[in-house]
Formats: sequence, C-alpha cells, structure tokens
Amino acid sequence: MGKKTPAINSSSTADIAFLLLCYFLMTTTMGSKMGLSRRLPPMPQEGQEQQNQRVNSRNIIIVRINSQDRLFAGGEPIDISQLKDKIKEFLTNPNDDPNLPVREMKEIEGFGQYPVSQGVISLQNDRSTSYNKYIEVQNVLAQAINELRDDFAFKNYGKKFSALTSEQQDIVQDAIPQLISEAEPVDITSRR
Amino acid sequence: MSKFKENNNREVPGITSSSLSDIVFMLLFFFMVTTQFRDSENMVSVNIPEASEVVKLERKDLNSYINIGVPIPAYQGRYGTEPRIQLNDSFQTTADIRNFIAAERESKNEADRQFMTVSIRADQNVRMGIVTDVKQELRRCSALKIMYSARKPAE
Repeated sequence: MGKKTPAINSSSTADIAFLLLCYFLMTTTMGSKMGLSRRLPPMPQEGQEQQNQRVNSRNIIIVRINSQDRLFAGGEPIDISQLKDKIKEFLTNPNDDPNLPVREMKEIEGFGQYPVSQGVISLQNDRSTSYNKYIEVQNVLAQAINELRDDFAFKNYGKKFSALTSEQQDIVQDAIPQLISEAEPVDITSRR
Repeated sequence: MSKFKENNNREVPGITSSSLSDIVFMLLFFFMVTTQFRDSENMVSVNIPEASEVVKLERKDLNSYINIGVPIPAYQGRYGTEPRIQLNDSFQTTADIRNFIAAERESKNEADRQFMTVSIRADQNVRMGIVTDVKQELRRCSALKIMYSARKPAE
C-alpha cells in the first residue's frame, strides 16, 4: 500500500479570495452608463454665411424654456404633459395642415418611397433654466420620436423598434429622423 | 471481527470549508464582470437627473466625463458653493476643456477617435448657463457626440 498523500490545506484560499473580493469592491463602481445621446451642430466657420440654417418657418417648431422653467412651444405657453402630443402632431402632420411641416417623398434604401417629415425641433433655453427641466424636456422630445418610430416599426414590420434588426432600425431612423437642434445660446453678453 | 466496525471516537466531524472558497470566487467573478474601475474621485456632488428614454452607452472605453456640480463639502472652503467643472481629478474652467478633449483624443485609438463620446454628468440643480458654456466649448473643439447622463426612474 502506497503512502497517502496528505491533503493540501485549502482553508486559506477562502481568505485570499475574500481579500481579492474586497479589493474589487473598493476600487470599482457599478454605475450603469446611461444617458440621452445627442449630436451637437458643428461650430460655424468664421465669416461663413449661415444660409443653410434658415429653414422654412412652417418646418420649425421652437420649444423654449425660459428662466422660470416655463415651457413655450411655437410661441405659446404649454404644459409639459401636452408637449409630446404637440411634437407628434408636428412631425406627422396627419391632416396636411399648411402650417405644419412638409412631408417630402424620399427614397429610402431597402424600403422605398416614404414621405419624410422636414420638421425640425429647435430647443432653446435660457442661461438660468434649470438642468433638471432641460433634461425633462429633452426626454419628452425623445419620447415623442421614439413613439413615432415604434408606430412605424409596428406598421411595417409588426415589431417594436428595439426588436428590429440593425438594418431595419436604420430604415426607421431614416424615415423618422431625430432632428433636434440645440440653438445657439440666446444670451450673447456672457459669451467669451 | 465484524465488517462494520463500531466507530468509537465520538468527535463531531469538522465542517468542510473547501466549498467556501468556490463561493467567494464566484462572487469575485461576478463583481469583476459587472463593475468597472473608478476613473476619478468625485470632487463635485452630482445627482444626475431622471429620464425614461435613456440609452446604454455602446463603448465605455471611448467615453470621457465632464462633471458639473457643487463642490463636495470638503472642498467648499476653497472653491465655494457655486457649480464647478471637474475634469479628471481637478477643478477646471471652460477654457481647459480644449486641452482635456485634446488629451482624451490622443489617448484613444486612431480608428476609434471619431466615435469618442463626451458624457456630461451634471447635477440636476445646476443652471443651464454653465452647461451651455461647456457645450459651446465642445463644439469649438468639434467633440460633437455628447451624452447627457441620466438614470432610469424607479418603476
């Protein structure tokens, strides 16, 4: 009978693992990186004419948040709960209202002709608007566009936007673009 | 001599702790996978706003952070209680954003530079003035992909 190999004492591995665990608990964060993704417009070059920024007045809706966090859409005060429907109506223009944006037939690759709305949402804010309100409004605008995209996706693919393949998502994004323009700051005096 | 020997020692058998290390290792791996390293110490208190339409960031490694908020109490004596901008580990002004973006861009892979995103982590109570200044400076440095950090509201 051969000699029995003595068992390796493994009681300390737990301690070592605990130490490692504590190290990772201290040095790392769990923060989920989420947020509202936006694209800033490029800075206009010096001396360049700002012609392309001029859009037909029926194609633009100005959403303004003033210094008292009050909301104005298209020149009239509005409650934040009604903003989403207003934006959706603005972007879809269901009754071909001449005061709402034109829908221009556009060829979308892989889909065909679709009347794409030319509407642009211009979001303006004051320097003393609170950031909380600003994000709230940004969120409502995103919500309106996401709902339109979901509608479009349901009508054409029978699925929610998030369940589509990436090619289909590109088509939907072409059909319902997210055109939120963050205007130049209104307050000129404090600019450097 | 019976085959089944009577066990004479009446000691309580020791609890095997060999599986304990396995359990702890499993916890360790969980934390290693789900967390990421803290990049900098927070010097401003940031309570990010809520938004229901948040999207996940695609590439965490291509992200730079700009923190905006009121300095934490330990720094309030030196820096006051007005909202400040924190880049990396120090308080900065909007004029320093240019260098910060340049340095961040330099540290990224050349092919990935166009996908670089700047996350604006601003406290919900700051005013838009400082955020607008930051945005204007970012436009000037042509770092156009931005993200307003927000969290999903609790259901």
